[in-house]
Amino acid sequence: MVPQLITVLAVILVFGFFTYNAQINMENRGIDFGYGFLSQESSFDVQFSLIEYDGSHSYFRAYLVGLLNTILVSVIGIIIATIIGVIIGIARLSPNYLINKFAAFYVEFFRNIPLLLQIFFWYFAALRALPLPQDAEAMFGVFFLTIKGLYVPAFIWENLNIFFYSIIAAVVSIIIIKTYAKKVQETQGKQIPVFLIAIGLIFSLPLLSFLIGGVNLSFEVPKLKQLATTSFIYEGGVSLPPELIALTLSLSLYTATFIAECVRAGIQGVSKGQKEAAASIGLTTNQVLKLVIMPQALRIIIPPTTNQYLNLTKNSSLAAAIAYPDLVLVFAGTALMQTGKAIEIVSITMLTYLSLSVSISILMNWYNKKIAIKEK
Amino acid sequence: MSKINFLKPDKSNLNTFLYLGSFLFFISLLDVFINSFFSTNLTGFLPDSLSFILPLIIGFSGLFFIRIELSGIKQLDLINKHINTNNFNAILSLLIIFAVIKSIPPILSWFFIDASFAGDSKDVCTGSGACWTYIKVWLRRFMYGMYPNAEQWRINLSFIALTLLGSVGYFATDRFKKYLTLYYVVIYPLIAFLFIFFFISGGPIFFDLSYGIIAAILSIIVGFFIPNKFKFYYFLFVPLALYILLKYFIFYEELIELGKLDGLNWVETGAWGGLSLTFIISFFCLIFCFPIGMAFALGRRSEFPLIRYISIGFIEFWRGVPLITVLFMSAVMFPMFLPEDFFIDKLVRAIIAIALFEAAYVAEVIRGGLQALPRGQYEAAKSLGMGYWKMHIFVILPQALKLVIPGIANTFLALVKDTPLIFVVGLLELVGMLNLAKTNPKWLGFAMEGYVFAAIIFWIICYAMSKYSYNLEQKYKTDR
Repeated sequence: MVPQLITVLAVILVFGFFTYNAQINMENRGIDFGYGFLSQESSFDVQFSLIEYDGSHSYFRAYLVGLLNTILVSVIGIIIATIIGVIIGIARLSPNYLINKFAAFYVEFFRNIPLLLQIFFWYFAALRALPLPQDAEAMFGVFFLTIKGLYVPAFIWENLNIFFYSIIAAVVSIIIIKTYAKKVQETQGKQIPVFLIAIGLIFSLPLLSFLIGGVNLSFEVPKLKQLATTSFIYEGGVSLPPELIALTLSLSLYTATFIAECVRAGIQGVSKGQKEAAASIGLTTNQVLKLVIMPQALRIIIPPTTNQYLNLTKNSSLAAAIAYPDLVLVFAGTALMQTGKAIEIVSITMLTYLSLSVSISILMNWYNKKIAIKEK
Repeated sequence: MSKINFLKPDKSNLNTFLYLGSFLFFISLLDVFINSFFSTNLTGFLPDSLSFILPLIIGFSGLFFIRIELSGIKQLDLINKHINTNNFNAILSLLIIFAVIKSIPPILSWFFIDASFAGDSKDVCTGSGACWTYIKVWLRRFMYGMYPNAEQWRINLSFIALTLLGSVGYFATDRFKKYLTLYYVVIYPLIAFLFIFFFISGGPIFFDLSYGIIAAILSIIVGFFIPNKFKFYYFLFVPLALYILLKYFIFYEELIELGKLDGLNWVETGAWGGLSLTFIISFFCLIFCFPIGMAFALGRRSEFPLIRYISIGFIEFWRGVPLITVLFMSAVMFPMFLPEDFFIDKLVRAIIAIALFEAAYVAEVIRGGLQALPRGQYEAAKSLGMGYWKMHIFVILPQALKLVIPGIANTFLALVKDTPLIFVVGLLELVGMLNLAKTNPKWLGFAMEGYVFAAIIFWIICYAMSKYSYNLEQKYKTDR
């Protein structure tokens, strides 16, 4: 009991000391504590935003802009990192000597260089070597990679909601068919080609929505436009700023090395006997992979990989170093400088990241419990 | 039917296919080689797309022909087993070989052949290669930051001395081996701190912390004579009381001037920088985060619920936020929490922030080791009549720490890689100095060289650390 009391006392003392000092300091400097500033007009601009935003919007809106930008870069990064990571992870197990060594080289190379250095490298050295807008050559005729960013065609949808409904309908019907097929297999032993039906549905229903639902998709290709004699920009389409490109590139290349190691450990973690046992009861190679190896490997792979996704999200805060307007730069940077509300703003920023990771780790614990092998 | 079995290479027509296949394979390699090293395209007369893909086709058919199982030729079997198991692997192998051959000439010429090494101004860098002159001129800044040139021997001396003192463990005889832990955990960090404080910053002997050190040493010596029953309370209150006594009642501020070393100028921490700062920060964070992490790992497994919840809260808090916001906090929020006349140097603040941050990760790693130990170890120790501390110090922790060497090494690696983030509080280590040098008007346009240089240095440090941890892991591997 005594150690508990002492610890609690010490914690309370430390916190009390901090709060007391904070109160005195704020009184002396004439700052009042409160979150009312969130609804005030922010009067600063953000160069890249997913939602409509300018100086006349509130600080809370600025917070949302930053949060959305963070989420954007994290989601793109996670997708690319997963693709690269899985490929490299499988390649590290390849019997082919060259592929194996190439994957090992990739992992050792990118893992041992600080992420910040990689971001700087891509942003200040590699992307600065790209051509000016007027000299850029089109990739596949529609993409333009220039020093001012990547220009891609914009999608112009008509009746987008009907398209979404068709996709939802396809997914729902696939789930229904799958449950039905499972039932049929359990009761009658017949196998229904669910996979083929699923592929057919996921393509045919959206296609139907185009043909009879009135959905229409057209592209707006960016066009070069001359502003002055030497100044060109692209008009139309979507422009991705170089900060975003450098950030996603370095984040995904860096995180992919860790994901690759997770994937490798997962596949190696399935014992050889499992594979041999599955083969000996007459399953085909594909069935062995699908029904025996992957379910067990995923159990090992998913928890650490989620951790890496979290790391990627947290690392995306390095965006502040190259002025990509993410949560830290917009809110903990610009907004803090303008309002001077250090405690409030830093606490909101930290809480945002904290709630994100705590919710994901709760989800992970639940998942871990669900998939844990129930030993008898 | 003695028809030539053309499409199915096997052992009966080994020689034909071996010669044909290896001939085609080497032709394809030769084509790519000449193309990349002498920039002449042998197949230039063909249409562009065909000439581009031709070496791949030739090489692929070559590899296809030499794919003969159990040929009896050792080298051939080796090749087939390692790079040529099936069509898909053959194509991938070819692509990798071609990519390597293609990338050698540009890399070589950028790094060495076209690069400029001589001179000491931007004018010598006219070639298309790297400008290593830039690195040469700026090397002192990259290594020591804004530290005055004339004083840099102090950093060198400290680092050499600390490396020598750190390698004592290798030469210790068996008689002294049992004191090594004490040496590395308590004495060595203290010496390191004194070195950095006296030599690198040039501070006075009687500074704030020296009272603490004196108080700690005095109370430890007296502590040997205190009966076990009261030791806990003794160490809880006496050192603090002694420190306050020393600081406010016995020693006075005048002593500060008295204790200054002659001839050493004070160099403020704002001028420190470059690679040496990276080392200093990693070193101190490493020293601090380990005991803190261990304490919280034990706290998280404590049987007292309040201690457990506090530890969980601490660990999850630091693990949930990005380091950059922690440094933001240490820069703008932390001063608000301190008394007004109380000033903490920003380097110290950054070190505290990083150490607390990494301590949470160390705690989780150590907890993994504690959980991995079988219950029997705890029960055996308890049945021998050991108390909580004795059990942990002599039985549990030595085994648990052995188990988590790779995890701890990974955390320390992450720590080293995180040091560049201190640019947030305005300190410039290697990467920060690069960014500063890059914007110097006399040396514009050499960002690439700087980043490549820093990448090589960091890569060497991190790779060496990871290899070292692997060796440690192998050395301390105990079968159970």
